[in-house]
Amino acid sequence: MTEKAQIAIADQEDESHHPTSFVSKYIWSQDHKVIAIQYAITAVVVGLVALVLSGLMRLQLGFPDQFSFIDPSAYLQFVTMHGMIMVIYLLTALLLGGFGNYLIPLMIGSRDMVFPYLNMLSYWTYLLSVIVLMASFFVSGGPTGAGWTLYPPQAILPGTPGADLGIIYMLASLAIFIIAFTMGGLNYVTTILQARTKGMTLMRMPLTIWGIFVATILGLLAFPALLVSAIMMAFDKLIGTSFFMPAILSLGESVEYSGGSPILFQHLFWFFGHPEVYIVALPAFGMVSDVIATHARKNIFGYRMMVWAIVAIGGLSFVVWAHHMYVSAMNPYFGFFFATTTLIIAIPTAIKVYNWVLTLWQGNIRLTTPMLFAIGFIFTFTHGGLTGLMLGNVVVDLPLSDTYFVVAHFHMVMGVSPVMVLFAAIYHWFPKVSGKFLHSGLGKFHFWGTFLGTYAIYLPMHYLGFLGVPRRYYAMGETDFIPASAQTLNAGITVSAIIVGLIQLVFIINVIWSLCKGKKAGNNPWQATTLEWQTPKTPPEHGNWGDKLPEVHRWAYDYSVPNVEADFIPQTVAEVDIVKSEYSGQGENS
Amino acid sequence: MSFLKEIMKKPWLASESMTAMTNQSVSVHQQSEIRWPEKTALYFFLSVVTVLFLLFTITYLSRSQATDFQALAGETWLPLNDTKQLWINTFYLLVAGGALQLAVFNSTTKRINLLLILLILSSTFTAVFIFGQIAVWQQLSAQGYFIATNPANSFYYLLTGLHGLHLLGGVFALLYVIKRFYNHTEVTVLRASLSLCTTYWHYLFIMWLFLFALLTASTETYRTIALFCGF
Repeated sequence: MTEKAQIAIADQEDESHHPTSFVSKYIWSQDHKVIAIQYAITAVVVGLVALVLSGLMRLQLGFPDQFSFIDPSAYLQFVTMHGMIMVIYLLTALLLGGFGNYLIPLMIGSRDMVFPYLNMLSYWTYLLSVIVLMASFFVSGGPTGAGWTLYPPQAILPGTPGADLGIIYMLASLAIFIIAFTMGGLNYVTTILQARTKGMTLMRMPLTIWGIFVATILGLLAFPALLVSAIMMAFDKLIGTSFFMPAILSLGESVEYSGGSPILFQHLFWFFGHPEVYIVALPAFGMVSDVIATHARKNIFGYRMMVWAIVAIGGLSFVVWAHHMYVSAMNPYFGFFFATTTLIIAIPTAIKVYNWVLTLWQGNIRLTTPMLFAIGFIFTFTHGGLTGLMLGNVVVDLPLSDTYFVVAHFHMVMGVSPVMVLFAAIYHWFPKVSGKFLHSGLGKFHFWGTFLGTYAIYLPMHYLGFLGVPRRYYAMGETDFIPASAQTLNAGITVSAIIVGLIQLVFIINVIWSLCKGKKAGNNPWQATTLEWQTPKTPPEHGNWGDKLPEVHRWAYDYSVPNVEADFIPQTVAEVDIVKSEYSGQGENS
Repeated sequence: MSFLKEIMKKPWLASESMTAMTNQSVSVHQQSEIRWPEKTALYFFLSVVTVLFLLFTITYLSRSQATDFQALAGETWLPLNDTKQLWINTFYLLVAGGALQLAVFNSTTKRINLLLILLILSSTFTAVFIFGQIAVWQQLSAQGYFIATNPANSFYYLLTGLHGLHLLGGVFALLYVIKRFYNHTEVTVLRASLSLCTTYWHYLFIMWLFLFALLTASTETYRTIALFCGF
């Protein structure tokens, strides 16, 4: 960092715009904490819609032809909207818009984001994108049913559900979301680079911030690919250009398009799509690292290696995209290249998994609810990662492509795993956000139900994939190579899915109950070292730090330091104060 | 390199910890002339815009290899073989950027009127550039080169349109700066804002030169580049 950049390191005066009215405090708020909660609530609500859609899909798959309102078109629309909402509007928005907004200023010792107004604008633009997306449920023809990948030519041709208006709403919503993300993302990276408090060097930042930082850079560089493909597809649909549309017959008639390349769209989509996996995964990696270190009372194993791994994964994620396209008849040498890069990216990822496990090794593990979810994540992520290695190889991918094996893989690695971290993070940081603990018993019930339930859903799906059961099909019909027992398995998966879905209600009840009657948490209930737990008040007030910004004297993982009385040393404690300081908290020791 | 140096540190070692603190305490209370967060954000934003145009360029080169592609230049009868109007537009944008640069140079002086004239000059020439681009669109469509007729046309309208939209966004930012100028904002703040606008204008000027070269190349040029890139 240059000296000039150092100058701007946030010795910000508390000059901030203290909101007075209800509207400026909770609606048009520029406070990063309120914006974070706005992002989180919107994302969770829209995520619940996607959860219900998945339940409807499972009802059809488990018990075909029992539900008259689920016809083939509706099924495809449920699939599409479920996928898109979960990946973009829930996971990306909640991890970066929600946790990014809440944690960045608090963890780096800043009063707020560097551009609070832009931050507010980012949320309202995001909300607009969600409204446009939800509006597509109510337009003529309903939402698009083109699959979350929106591949042309079928996405905009008659015969695909929502090919008239639904797809336009989807493309418009994505474009608006990308604008919102860019506004937010510029804020996150600039704040991390320029608004760190005194003493908070890059290598003293908690891994949560590193994960969010690199993921945001990935998002800023990868989302343009989605924007480019959305703009060009909208042109093809609305103006009649032929960027992606070839000359083909549609419903027996020649289309007016010619010469376009659907493969070009796939390249663009996956140039965004694969980094998107890491846009979701990297913040999750960071947060789980902090949860594990705190609840195992150990410094994170190989901190520097963890940082490098995050950076390396970020870089490599841009050169693996075509492993999603092995069946697109690509040049075999390309296939070889992308299989190789896919295997290489497994190295830094594996390093991270080993380091989490080694952090746990001989730790003073407290099996709190966040810790349970964090450990659950290590299982589900390793599981999903290993099947990813299988699918990364061309010869294995070809027969398994478009089967339930793929569905099982990406749900384990990119669905269940980030969600496990999200829950770990919510249980971990809820006491800071609200000042109260979430109920431990309900939380543990929630964990075990979710953890075991997701295995009950996705383990059998691998087997269905090996049988050759294709994904995205409304019904199997009479298929010789698929035994009747596969249907029994499907019914079992559906029952499990509905149970897991219902268990999430326990979580919502827990949040509401705890907000009203939860046990008071205090400032630092987990006895954690990072800055967000050192605020003068909990929940932190506007401006976060009262009169004086904190000063950082050490890295974020001084747990169980030898010859020190307390088993943790907050980042704000200077070397000279260690011996005489006693930091015993009132944490949940279970 | 400083980033690499930074991530080589081992802050958990007591010796490095002390060094970091000493370095930090030197400059923290000094006043910065340039508003660095905005500058950092602008550079990141320009990276995003670069990726956006780079991806369009790659799709363009890829699409140019299809048999139905007909370049807009390279043969005498093609509309963009004569690039006179585009060069004139280029000149307008150059003047707009130049005026902004002059405004930055003069922003430390007390010659308020000169500053105001330069800012208005820049906004006007930017607007003229945008109208000039629209005039080229009209010439193209008058000759039957509509947006959906050929992929080269589609890309021409799309890329010049996007470039124009980015400039238009810049004009709004510049108008905001002029408003602050009227509100007697502090000179250092004004200078920083102007400096950011200038960077943006210069960037969009270079981007326009790139697009100019790309969109007026011949079919053979595209083929050569595509072969070179492995399409």
